[in-house]
Amino acid sequence: MTEAYDIAVVGGGNAALCAAVTAAETGAKVVILESAPEFYRGGNSRHTRNFRCMHRGPLSVLVDSYEEEEYFEDLLLVTKGETDEEMARLTIRMSEECLPWMERQGVRFQPSLSGTLSLSRTNAFFLGGGKALVNAYYNRCEDLGVDVFYDAEVKHVNIEDGHFTHVDVSMKGGEPTRIAAKAVVLASGGFQGDLDWLTRAWGPSAANFLIRGTPYNRGVVLKDMLDQGAESVGDPTQCHAVAIDGRSPKFDGGIVTRLDCVPFSIVVNQNGDRFYDEGEDVWPKRYAIWGRLVAAQPDQVGYSIIDSKSAELFMPSVFPPIVADTIEGLGQQLGISGDKLARTVAEFNAACREGRFHPTEKDGLATDGLTPPKTNWARPIDTPPYYGYSLRPGVTFTYLGLKVSPTAQVHTAEGPLDNVWAAGEIMAGSILGQGYLAGFGMTIGTVFGRIAGREAAAYVS
Amino acid sequence: MSLDALARSATDEARRQMEICNACRYCEGFCSVFPAMTRHRSFTDADMTHLANLCHNCRGCYYSCQFTEPHEFNLNVPAALGEVRQLSWERLAWPGAFSRLFHENGVALAAALAVGLAVMFAALQALRPESGEGFYAYLSHGAMIAIFTPAFFLPLAAVGVALRRYWREVEGQRVTLGQIVEATRSAGTMRNLDGGQGQGCNFEKGDRYSNARRVFHQLTLYGFLMCFAATSVATVMHYVFAWEAPYGFFTPPKLFGVPGGIILCVGTAGLAWLKTKADPKLGIARVWGGEMAFVALLFFVSATGLALYAVTGTAAVPALLAIHLGAVLAFFLVIPYSKMTHGFFRFAALVREAQLSRR
Ligand SMILES: Cc1cc2nc3c(=O)[nH]c(=O)nc-3n(C[C@H](O)[C@H](O)[C@H](O)COP(=O)(O)OP(=O)(O)OC[C@H]3O[C@@H](n4cnc5c(N)ncnc54)[C@H](O)[C@@H]3O)c2cc1C
Ligand code: SF4
Ligand code: SF4
Repeated sequence: MTEAYDIAVVGGGNAALCAAVTAAETGAKVVILESAPEFYRGGNSRHTRNFRCMHRGPLSVLVDSYEEEEYFEDLLLVTKGETDEEMARLTIRMSEECLPWMERQGVRFQPSLSGTLSLSRTNAFFLGGGKALVNAYYNRCEDLGVDVFYDAEVKHVNIEDGHFTHVDVSMKGGEPTRIAAKAVVLASGGFQGDLDWLTRAWGPSAANFLIRGTPYNRGVVLKDMLDQGAESVGDPTQCHAVAIDGRSPKFDGGIVTRLDCVPFSIVVNQNGDRFYDEGEDVWPKRYAIWGRLVAAQPDQVGYSIIDSKSAELFMPSVFPPIVADTIEGLGQQLGISGDKLARTVAEFNAACREGRFHPTEKDGLATDGLTPPKTNWARPIDTPPYYGYSLRPGVTFTYLGLKVSPTAQVHTAEGPLDNVWAAGEIMAGSILGQGYLAGFGMTIGTVFGRIAGREAAAYVS
Repeated sequence: MSLDALARSATDEARRQMEICNACRYCEGFCSVFPAMTRHRSFTDADMTHLANLCHNCRGCYYSCQFTEPHEFNLNVPAALGEVRQLSWERLAWPGAFSRLFHENGVALAAALAVGLAVMFAALQALRPESGEGFYAYLSHGAMIAIFTPAFFLPLAAVGVALRRYWREVEGQRVTLGQIVEATRSAGTMRNLDGGQGQGCNFEKGDRYSNARRVFHQLTLYGFLMCFAATSVATVMHYVFAWEAPYGFFTPPKLFGVPGGIILCVGTAGLAWLKTKADPKLGIARVWGGEMAFVALLFFVSATGLALYAVTGTAAVPALLAIHLGAVLAFFLVIPYSKMTHGFFRFAALVREAQLSRR
């Protein structure tokens, strides 16, 4: 490990890989330090399916056009204005050239997956998903002579007088050793893998959250940098959480654990009470709020109940639903009071009205005189067998990050550090201060990974 | 465990995996299996047999999967579908007694070869004709026909029975010309091994794509078809045009047979070589030896055929003739009970998929 590196890249996900490839293409000697073992390399990026890409005409698998203004409007809508306009527009504009660049690196795209037609214009899907993308970049790195260390957790980024000198890395859990480089790119994601930190930030209930992605994003580098005076962006208490199947693994359950049944169901808590309008809007627009809603319920759990009329209206679930011929029986199997559940369902059924049911658009089929109301898709739950799914909050990412300049340089109160760059989730809070726009995480990582790689390479040459 | 019990548990495991994939669908663009999968919410045994026979073991969906071992979902779709597919060939083979004989067992295959050789040597000894030209100087045309007609048609009949069983199991309908054309196009280009975009499969280079297996497989397929064409055309020439062997180089049997034999040799050698580089746990590990022996047998058939042509007119002919014909005999006999059956089942699966995807 005495080899002299030009650039150390901390992390092994999309942002890290884009930085490493970009820098190595200029001839810089690059090392990737990935805390996960080889199998789990690629962080949350390995769970992704697409990235959101601006385009002024048909581009690869993307149809029509998706221009800067529309893209920015979409971002404003989800973030409720919590975005840095300059950085956001830069990201959006650069996304267009990312797609052909990615293809040149060996990333392959496919038309939008069945059941996601609504994204075929805005999001380019990776053939084989994020793991295939990550594989393509690792192969590219190998071809470019980038050194990759797995099981290599960076414990400390050494900054002296505003200047990076080396990182301390624990290899395979051993005592930290030192790796020196002329510049460093930090791309180690958020801190959602550290449940203690998550509990301190969010509150004790976070102990019951499931983490949808990698357990290796524990915010070690983020905290180390903040402790050394790096400026932060993003709400330190918040995380993006969706409602996922309650039976999912604690970590790394990935995309398959999502449940799309909520709009066609009623959702009750452990006490058998409903607590929110399940039919407020089409699911893609509401699925992100349900993590929070369930998180606010006793023991952070909810139960989504449908009848056989609705059983096939949504994407199949990874685990089969709990099935029963009576509502009481279903309640018992789910571990809640069957009588109470039956009363809640009866109340709901009594509040349903006649009307046209339309599963794919807001149909206005609302309950009458029920609190909370269900404002769309309110059909009585009366046709056995009945189906139930448990719901728990699943954390996608945390918002707290490092403040960077448009050239991806990490900031302290005294200004930017001259040889420290950051990319990906670790700095996404500048652009995505709140909410989430499908496919934007990979866009931020690709755009800023490339910027960081380019800037770091220019610095060391 | 009985074959049926094995098949049940393999099917249950593959079904578990398909249910996870159906909630994910990231691999939709690799092959025909995933689009076929999305037609269902739950999978009957027949659905699983169909999906398994559609899978060409390109392995793209393994290296792209975020849920393979050590993840607790423990997905290995190529192996899970592979096991169901393999068991379907064994289960549906007729007569059942032979069904597993040559799949797993390279030694049994070698024994078949030995029997083939022994039969041919004995035949050459016993049935040496008084006169005759070319090979017929050693074994009369009549004797050859007497041995090879049943040796060819009986195995084909056995395959026919197995296919009928298969077709019934997957609830196949009446076949149209259009469906045959579609299946032929797919098989002719090995579309399901091209990774969906022509980049190839993930057989011998891990998570990097490569077209090597597709190329060697097609060399094997086309080489084989050319050799088969050589024999067929010779039969027609013999019976229809009374133009009897031996044939010179610039005659249809040789123009098909010699390049076909060379191509078949290259293809099978390539397939065997690739097999040594691929990860056995993404295939059906227990049939590795049997498959290897089968590829070796095909190579041996074509290599001895070429050698026989090369030694024309020398004293080596009788021995080589016995060896080559013995190998051909062994090959014919194992068709329904070895890797060779895959071609028939695969084609049936492609036809069935043409029926289902049209709707
Ligand atoms: C289930 C799921 C699905 C998603 N789907 C999409 C999607 O379709 N499209 C989209 O745009 N976004 C999606 N996202 C969000 C997306 O995953 C992230 O925005 C993106 O992956 C962030 O990339 P990154 O490189 O910054 O972080 P990551 O890919 O998470 O990489 C961080 C890397 O840093 C390593 N690391 C962490 N700490 C250290 C340390 N101390 N030392 C060394 N290495 C360290 C980790 O092991 C990891 O390799 C999804 C997220 C999840 C959980
Ligand atoms: S093999 Fe893995 S990545 Fe591919 S569809 Fe199945 S679950 Fe998804
Ligand atoms: S191994 Fe290849 S052909 Fe088989 S299911 Fe997976 S992607 Fe399809």
